[in-house]
Amino acid sequence: MKRILLAALLALSALSSPALAVQPDEVLPDPALETRARAISQELRCLVCQNQSIDDSNAPLARDLRLLVRDRLKAGDSDTKVMEYVTDRYGDYVLLRPPFKATTLVLWIGPFAVLLLGAVGTFLFLRGRRGVAAGADTAPLSADERRRLDALLRKDD
Amino acid sequence: MRRLLYLLPFLLFIGVGIAFYLGFERDPRDIPSALIDKPAPTFDLPAIPGQMVQGQPASSGLSSAKLAGDVTLVNVFASWCIPCKAEHPVITRLSREQGVTVYGINYKDKPEDALTWLSRNGNPYAAIGADQDGRVSIDWGVYGVPESYLIDRKGRIRFKHVGPLTPQVVEEQILPMVKHLRQG
Repeated sequence: MKRILLAALLALSALSSPALAVQPDEVLPDPALETRARAISQELRCLVCQNQSIDDSNAPLARDLRLLVRDRLKAGDSDTKVMEYVTDRYGDYVLLRPPFKATTLVLWIGPFAVLLLGAVGTFLFLRGRRGVAAGADTAPLSADERRRLDALLRKDD
Repeated sequence: MRRLLYLLPFLLFIGVGIAFYLGFERDPRDIPSALIDKPAPTFDLPAIPGQMVQGQPASSGLSSAKLAGDVTLVNVFASWCIPCKAEHPVITRLSREQGVTVYGINYKDKPEDALTWLSRNGNPYAAIGADQDGRVSIDWGVYGVPESYLIDRKGRIRFKHVGPLTPQVVEEQILPMVKHLRQG
């Protein structure tokens, strides 16, 4: 009996899909519109949980925003219009992908600038060292220094 | 000169460290409002169903038309919100003693709960609009109650506070701002 139950449970779990935050009553009858709504929702941050998109979040505000997105789409808004509608109210912070503009320049350019700085630094360092290896800027050992060096090297044997 | 160059990564590290350390002081829940210096959204909310004003059923709720004229505070609250209860005495003092007109937006509340809450804790609001589906609050950029907005005489949003108002916030931010806006 136990085994049958276990088998049934396993079979059921294989059938189930991952839990969705989107409730059945939110889904639009038009599949094309619903696909667009899902795509937009995945780009919008839930302001309550902050690191989830409104498509993932179970927070009541996320649900309200999902419904709002769907209402805007039903009213005939384009995807960018819907995004604008939400950012007008909540600012760029709701966008999970920050836009490229003057205030976000450091964010977008910063890593590349640091990489470039590192590359320049490494280049200068290596070039300097090659000079040292070639003995370009070091004076040759004097006779006295040579003797001391030989003495030190012999000590190791 | 060369030694200074070697110190550079260390100095950069110190700088970044200080910047990150200062970041700890900032509240990640405090998201800057996109609506500062913009006109308050246009809205017309009904009164809480069953609300009585001076023995009469409340005839009107809260609309954007009421906001222009004087400097006002718009407070978004709900009976189910615990910090709202904590800030309620501060709001009451602001409205009754400190002479600031306070309007309320009752956010996604059951009317009977809201009315019980108001009769138990007192009603400091000059008018209340019931936002049952939360749509108007989305227009205001509300993401967690309580939130408070200062509206200037031209009906523009000039200041937003997220979370319960404390006497300190009122003394240091709200009252100076009200004074400033009334002159302007």
